[in-house]
Amino acid sequence: MAQNAKVPFNGTKAQADELEKVLKGLKNVEGALMPALQQAQDIYGYLPIEVQEVIADRLGVSLAEVFGVATFYSQFTLTPKGKYKIGVCLGTACYVKGSGEIYAELQKQLGIESGITDDLVYSLDATRCIGCCGLAPVMTVNDDVYGKLTKDQIAGILAKYKA
Amino acid sequence: MVNIKINNIPVSVEEGTTILQAAKKIGIRIPTLCYMKDINAIGACRICVVEVKGARSLVAACVYPVNEGMEVFTDTPKVRASRKTTLELILSDHNKSCLSCDRNTHCELQDLSYEYGCDINRFSGEHHECEKDVSTPYLVRDNSKCVLCRRCVAVCRKIQEVGVIGPVKRGFKTHIGCAFENDLNDSPCVACGQCINVCPTGALHEREEIDEVRAAIADPEKIVIAGPAPSVRAGLGEEFGYPMGTNVEGKMITALRMLGFDKVFDVNFSADLTIMEEANELVERIQKGGKLPMFTSCSPGWVRYLEYYYPELIPNVSTCKSPQQMFGAIVKTYYAEKLGVDPSKLYVVSIMPCTAKKFEKGRPDQSASGYPDIDAVLTTRELAKMIKQNGILFNELVDGEVDSPLGIYTGAGVIFGATGGVMEAALRTAAETITGKPLENVEFKKVRGTKGIKEATYDIGGKTVKVAVASGIANAKKICEKVSKGKCDYTFIEIMCCPGGCVNGGGQPIMSSVVRENTDYKALRASVLYKADKKCGLRKSHDNPVIKEIYDNYLGKPGSHKAHEILHTSYVKRERYKK
Repeated sequence: MAQNAKVPFNGTKAQADELEKVLKGLKNVEGALMPALQQAQDIYGYLPIEVQEVIADRLGVSLAEVFGVATFYSQFTLTPKGKYKIGVCLGTACYVKGSGEIYAELQKQLGIESGITDDLVYSLDATRCIGCCGLAPVMTVNDDVYGKLTKDQIAGILAKYKA
Repeated sequence: MVNIKINNIPVSVEEGTTILQAAKKIGIRIPTLCYMKDINAIGACRICVVEVKGARSLVAACVYPVNEGMEVFTDTPKVRASRKTTLELILSDHNKSCLSCDRNTHCELQDLSYEYGCDINRFSGEHHECEKDVSTPYLVRDNSKCVLCRRCVAVCRKIQEVGVIGPVKRGFKTHIGCAFENDLNDSPCVACGQCINVCPTGALHEREEIDEVRAAIADPEKIVIAGPAPSVRAGLGEEFGYPMGTNVEGKMITALRMLGFDKVFDVNFSADLTIMEEANELVERIQKGGKLPMFTSCSPGWVRYLEYYYPELIPNVSTCKSPQQMFGAIVKTYYAEKLGVDPSKLYVVSIMPCTAKKFEKGRPDQSASGYPDIDAVLTTRELAKMIKQNGILFNELVDGEVDSPLGIYTGAGVIFGATGGVMEAALRTAAETITGKPLENVEFKKVRGTKGIKEATYDIGGKTVKVAVASGIANAKKICEKVSKGKCDYTFIEIMCCPGGCVNGGGQPIMSSVVRENTDYKALRASVLYKADKKCGLRKSHDNPVIKEIYDNYLGKPGSHKAHEILHTSYVKRERYKK
């Protein structure tokens, strides 16, 4: 039943210090949980149990409550992202232009359904519209955008992003 | 004051009053499902909807505040149709195995469905996926019967301030669970069972041990011994239609015998034994400079809380086993020897108002004879169920008497079930031990009553003893904070996990939210115990003749080496989360 990330937690001291600073600033602030989770995700890239426990403890709420909020909003993620975060738009325009095929090709080449590859280099997510329907179908790798894609371009794009 | 009309009846109420409260004032019940006074007014279930003249849609009466001149209608065809449809939608994703459900006839969803004449199969659709959580020895969560009212969450977060459960995910996937989808057993749950008591359906119930007990009774090799806790006699009658606050001790004893128990003793007796050891420990700590303040250790939910959340205070907890565990321990050592039988032949069943006791029996360091002190724990509800299953007409029974010798108790033992009872019982014995003189007045009234935290100062033999009594974990937490920061001068602290003490334990008969709101149930059940105490000829544990006999001929004196081996235990620090 438990959802254990396959990736062991290896947060750094710098990250922990930054989180403590954020949480100190949110102490006794009403409705602090959401901003705390957002900033924690900015620091760590995701929200593992170790991070949620610190948030729960410092803000004086239970871990179950923190977890409830973290699983309510789809923008929060409990699994880490890869060095290269790949997003494929499955919004209406991209989808009718064949982004489903692009997504399937990425799944095939990366060998994962979604989530992160075992070597932690790539993570794959389906996204909603990212606002450039003129370029449909679209995928992003970190902050780079690739448009008007066909599936035979995928191997070439992935080759640019090496471990 | 605000003046409004409900169903054309004028009523004036204070500003900020909800429609639900205003209607109650003039004798109108608006049905509710998720609502619980003070802790869960969230307008989630939409059963309490009413019509407000001029409003665009129906409004939820439990959260809607009154306005001057407002006209409310609580029972129009539109309102009734809406409630009915809402119920039918809830039922469309409900495991409707009502016929043999644990809550059949005690289910608020069932009552409402009947009241609104619902077609339980009107909508057929997807059912949310869920597995039963049977990970703990005390509780079963079956989310296929959950209506997402969040009453369990509210009691866990707001009354107990433990907060190990909550809504997880969103929309159709929403379910009540623990952080990181851990099993309850891998969460810092204190096992109080208060969530069961407030659940309106059969989604939560205790882990039953009826089959195990029946198997032992059927086994000719086993001598099966029953020991009911003080609070069981104060609650059991409710299951058979007696008004709340009826003492059914005599009928309970007869029923236990009819169920096939070979001996019917009483945990009131071992409560007396607990006092002997605990008062002695307190006096020793005071006189020899031991760790103070000393906490009581009778409530396994409380002990579990401390182990999870304040492990640094473990040295402050009395090492005495709880009355349940002392009961089993003395049965399987002293009594086994007296009978001349091997303790493996004895099967000890305690009957408890409590779910945490099911966890406690499996703790390490609880097998004085080499065999577990306690073999099975039945809740008050399970005992009622067995009595009904066996066709025993409880209300027709004549009063029975307990067996000798481990059924003899004093008034001090019987008040254990109410918050402040252990404190009072311990003070009766400690005071006489310290002063060496008989008490003029055995009643320590300042520690009585259902208040969450009580404090009192007593002069005992020229020494000032400041005591505190807390019930409910939210209150226990306040005391723990003070103690861990060294900000208190208490000598002795009694803590009970459940608000009001064991009479309101997680294994007691179920009350609907309406009964809960309108009855002073903690005080009513506690009154049974205080009345029983008053009627007892002996009211101090050390006056119990059986206790005297056991110390004279078996244990030596309180706190002796042998007493420690049999009647004391140890505690462990617990990790809150499995990673």
